[in-house]
Amino acid sequence: MALIPLIAAAAIVFGLVLKGIDRIVAARMQARIGPPVTQPFTDIKKLLMKENIVPRNSVPLIFNLMPVIALASALLVILYLPIAGFPPLLEGSGDLVLVLYILIFPSLAMVIGGFASGSPYATVGAQREMVTMMSYEFPLAITAVTTAWLVSSAGHAASFSLYTIATANVWALVGPIGLVGLLLLFIALLFVMPGELAKIPFDSAEAETEIAGGLLVEYSGTNLALFYLTDAVKTVAMASIITAIFLPFSIGPLFGFAGNESIAAEIVFYILKVIAVVFVGTTFARVAIARFRITQIVKVYLGHTTAIALLGLALVTADVLLGGV
Amino acid sequence: MGISNLNRSLWVFHVNTGSCNGCDIEIVAALMPRYDIERFGMKLVGSPRHADVLLVTGPVTMDMSAKLKRVYEQTPDPKVVIAVGNCGATGGVFYESYCLDGPIDNIIPVDVYVRGCPPRPEAIINGVVKAWAKLEKKEAGK
Ligand code: SF4
Repeated sequence: MALIPLIAAAAIVFGLVLKGIDRIVAARMQARIGPPVTQPFTDIKKLLMKENIVPRNSVPLIFNLMPVIALASALLVILYLPIAGFPPLLEGSGDLVLVLYILIFPSLAMVIGGFASGSPYATVGAQREMVTMMSYEFPLAITAVTTAWLVSSAGHAASFSLYTIATANVWALVGPIGLVGLLLLFIALLFVMPGELAKIPFDSAEAETEIAGGLLVEYSGTNLALFYLTDAVKTVAMASIITAIFLPFSIGPLFGFAGNESIAAEIVFYILKVIAVVFVGTTFARVAIARFRITQIVKVYLGHTTAIALLGLALVTADVLLGGV
Repeated sequence: MGISNLNRSLWVFHVNTGSCNGCDIEIVAALMPRYDIERFGMKLVGSPRHADVLLVTGPVTMDMSAKLKRVYEQTPDPKVVIAVGNCGATGGVFYESYCLDGPIDNIIPVDVYVRGCPPRPEAIINGVVKAWAKLEKKEAGK
């Protein structure tokens, strides 16, 4: 268990670096130069030295507690994820379903904190965030259950464990129809990613141009820094889940690495995979598309994304029942 | 964790107190690819609670003066206030109008004045840099 603080620190640092890369790449896509990669670190250091205001008509206990809970639960998710092909630290004591539940916690903490801050903007933001959460949960659950069922029908025990799913490599378990199905599920999960992370185009809960920062409107200083870190860690978590389920490839055997060399290669490869997922899932999406209204978010998630996920489910089911034709 | 971290990470909140929108457009121009203030870690934020810098434009109409004061009080310390444009500094083209409470320094303390009607984006960026230097001096003197 001595590893826990180490993994937590690594997740935070990696999350902040990802944020920095995201900002540079977004800037370059808009023909700007962009901030240095270390910008998120500077932001955090600055936020920590700012005054921490607790508004008069807030509920101080809840208002101050929620940022801590958000960061703690985001870090907890990391401990349940297989990173770079290694079994998770808490392997055996929780599975994919638990991960999906804990993943709700940071958003829920933000919602509660928003309600507790006593600002009408935060209340509007909190309500929007709840609606968004309810909409993306369904396609997310379809994707998770389908892959777990696929792995179990291939004869693996403990099929809901993310580690089992990652080692089983879902792409190897299906025929051509199933491949299309899995591809659709992959796309559905990539759609869910910006919603989960509250990024444009699905960030109407934090829309700074219309509701002044929404959920976070009253947060400043240390509390804001904690939410900033939560966002960074959540990015790592979400990208790691996607890599574990849909990009579980390892690079070691390809180049004939062994021992420590292979571990190092796997970690580098994992980092590259996560950067690629973050680029497609958040950076590209947020530069290419403008913000959706909350009604459009519900339509996109409960309509289009769910349709894509259900089609994927149907194709994978057909593939398994027909025996991989 | 000294004040120097502010140098490279200034979050800016823009308050319009009744300007003609000329200065506001120049502020937005500073964000665009030609000037790209995000290079220096500056960004526009949506809430004064997140801000380090208040960019105030306009001559402060009677309707806005209480709100400007409130926004100033909502901004967490350490903070700097920059008055952008002639009308924020003196009243400019709205000088001696019947509906003004301004200029800005009648309502809240201003650290840096950026003159021009409207000032160029370079001048605004220069103003922010000066404001930071002033803040650093203030902290060092403590
Ligand atoms: S200084 Fe000039 S351009 Fe700027 S808001 Fe005032 S009148 Fe408009």
